[in-house]
Amino acid sequence: MSEQTVDAPVARARSPLSEAWEMFRHNHSAMLGLALLSLIVLAAILGPMLYQTDPFDMVWAPFSPPGEEGFLLGTDYLGRDLLSQILHGARVTLIIGLSAAIVTVVIGVTVGALAGFYGGIIEEMLMRFTEFFQVLPTLLFSMVIVALFGASLPMITFAIGIVSWTAVARITRSEFQRVRELEYVMASRASGATNAKLMFQVILPNALPPIIVQSALMVGSAILFEAGLSFLGLTDPNVVSWGQIIGSNRQYILEAGFTVTIPGLAIFITVLAISLVGDGLNDALNPKLRKR
Amino acid sequence: MAPLLKVENLRIELATRAGVAPVIDNLNLELAHGESISFVGESGCGKSMTALAIMGLLPEGIGRVASGSIQFDGEELTTASPRRLRQIRGNEISMIFQEPMTSLNPVYTVGEQIAEVLRAHQGLGQKAAWAQAIELLDAVQIPNPKSRVEAYPFQMSGGQRQRVMIAIALACTPKILIADEPTTALDVTVQAQIFDLLRDLRAQTGTSIIMITHDMGAVAEMSERMIVMYAGRKAEEGPVDQVITHARHPYTSGLISCVPHIMANLTEERHDLTEVPGIVPGLSEFGQDLCLFAPRCPRASDKCLSARPPDVPFGSARSSACWHAEDL
Repeated sequence: MSEQTVDAPVARARSPLSEAWEMFRHNHSAMLGLALLSLIVLAAILGPMLYQTDPFDMVWAPFSPPGEEGFLLGTDYLGRDLLSQILHGARVTLIIGLSAAIVTVVIGVTVGALAGFYGGIIEEMLMRFTEFFQVLPTLLFSMVIVALFGASLPMITFAIGIVSWTAVARITRSEFQRVRELEYVMASRASGATNAKLMFQVILPNALPPIIVQSALMVGSAILFEAGLSFLGLTDPNVVSWGQIIGSNRQYILEAGFTVTIPGLAIFITVLAISLVGDGLNDALNPKLRKR
Repeated sequence: MAPLLKVENLRIELATRAGVAPVIDNLNLELAHGESISFVGESGCGKSMTALAIMGLLPEGIGRVASGSIQFDGEELTTASPRRLRQIRGNEISMIFQEPMTSLNPVYTVGEQIAEVLRAHQGLGQKAAWAQAIELLDAVQIPNPKSRVEAYPFQMSGGQRQRVMIAIALACTPKILIADEPTTALDVTVQAQIFDLLRDLRAQTGTSIIMITHDMGAVAEMSERMIVMYAGRKAEEGPVDQVITHARHPYTSGLISCVPHIMANLTEERHDLTEVPGIVPGLSEFGQDLCLFAPRCPRASDKCLSARPPDVPFGSARSSACWHAEDL
C-alpha cells in the first residue's frame, strides 16, 4: 500500500464551506431569499446614485398617490418623494441592521466563548451578567439609552446591539461546552496550543454554524427593532430610515395609507428575505440535515 | 546516563462526588533515551492518567498531582509554568490518541493541521511549514502526499487519519512520544501497519515511546520494557520477554492467559482462555492499605488484605508488588 505512486488525481478536496453552499444552492426558498436580498442591497447601493432626488426636498404637493405626477411611489405628508426616501432609507436601514448584528455577535461570541471555554466561576459570573440583560425589557431599555444619549445612528445601533446579544452568547456558550470536550481539542492542547488559539482557531470554527444562522436572523430583528424605535420617534432626524418614514406619516394613516404601507412592505420583504437566507443557512450548515 | 523521564512517588488525585480518590498511587518509573515502554492494564487502571499527568493535561479542576515529581530531562514538570508546558507539549513530548476518527479538527485540511504545529514550535514560515507537512505525510507513508495534504480529515480512512496524527506528533521530532492505545480503533491489518510505521520512525528519529495499551501482542511487538498497572498502582515491571515468559504478579499472568494464541497446527484440543474474574475496583476503593487485586486473586491470603504489598525488586530490571511474588 505504501508503494503506491499512482498520480491519478484524487477527487479534489471540498471544504465544508463549499459543501454547505451546494446544499444552500438546492434550497429554493433560500435562493429566493438571497435573490431578494441581493436586489435590495443593490437598490440600496445604486439607487441613490441613479435616482438623485433629495429625500428631504419638498418636490410636490403632499399625499400625491403613487404613480401620479411622475412620482412612482407618491409623496409623503410634506410632499417629499417617497421613492427617494425608500432608496435612501434602504441604506440606513441595512447599515443599522448589519452593524447592530455585528455588535451583537462581537459581544455575544466574546461572552459566550469565555464562559463556555473556561467554565467554573468565570462562566457563572458571565452567565449571571447575561441573564441580567435578558430580563430587562428590551424595547424599554433601548429607548432609555437612545433617550439619554441622543438619537444618533451609532447610538441607535449600539442600543439595539446591547439588548440583543444575549441569545448569541447563550448559543456560543453551549456550542463551546460541546466542542470543548471533543478529542481534537485535547489533541490540539497536547500539541501545545495556547488558550487563545484553542478558543478562536480550534473551537470557534466548529461552533460557528449556529452562530452564523443566529446572526443572520439578528440582522432581520435589528431592522425590525430600528423600525420600532423610529416609529416611536427615537430616530436620527438627519437621515431617512424606513421606520422613520412610517413613524412620521403615522398620523395620516387614514388619509394616505400608502405612505405607511410602502415602507412597511419594504421592511417586510427585507426581513422575510433575511429570514429565508437564515433558514437556508441553518439547513446548509447543520450537519445532521446534510445529505451525503 | 540520566534517564530522559523520571517519575517518582507520583500521586494523582481525582475529585469525585464521593471524595478525593488517588487514581495514581505512588508510581515510580524511568524512561531512557530512545527506549520504548508499555503501560498495560485494564480500563480504569490509571494508564491514561499517568500519560496526561506527564503532558500536564490532567482535567482541570478535577485531577491534580498531589505529590511526587515528574522530571523530563532533569526539568521538573509538576511545577513548571503553563507557558513552559505549552512549549514542551507537541515539541518535546507529544501524544497520539486512541480515536483517530475524532482526533483531527474537521474544519481544517490535514496539511494545515500539521503545518500549524510546525509554525507554533519551530517558527517556520507558511511555505516552509507546508513543504515540511508534505514531507511528513510522505514519511508516514500516505500515498500521493502532494494532493492528500489538502484533504480534509473526513476524506481519509481511520488508518490514514492515525498516520496523520503520528505525522503531527512527530512533526517537531519530540524526545518522547506517548501513544494512548493508538490502534484500538483500527482493524488488525491496519494495526500492524501502524506498529510497523511507529517502529520505523522510532529507528529513524530515536524518539522514546510510551505505549499505553491493553493488547499484550502490541506490547511484545513494540516495547522493550513493560509496566503492568492495576488500580492506580504499579503491579509489575520488567523487560517484556521476561515478564511474558515468567510473570511475577498474578494479575500479569491473568492478563497474559486472556490472550488467544494462533497455533501453528490446529489441533482438536484448544487452549482454554482464562479470564481474570471480577472487575477493577471503583475509584472510591483506591488508596486502601491492602492489595487491591486481592479480591480477584487466586492466591489471596490474609496478608494481602491487611497491608499493601511493597514494590520488591527482582534482579536489576524487574519488580513486582505482590506478597507472593517469590513463589510465582
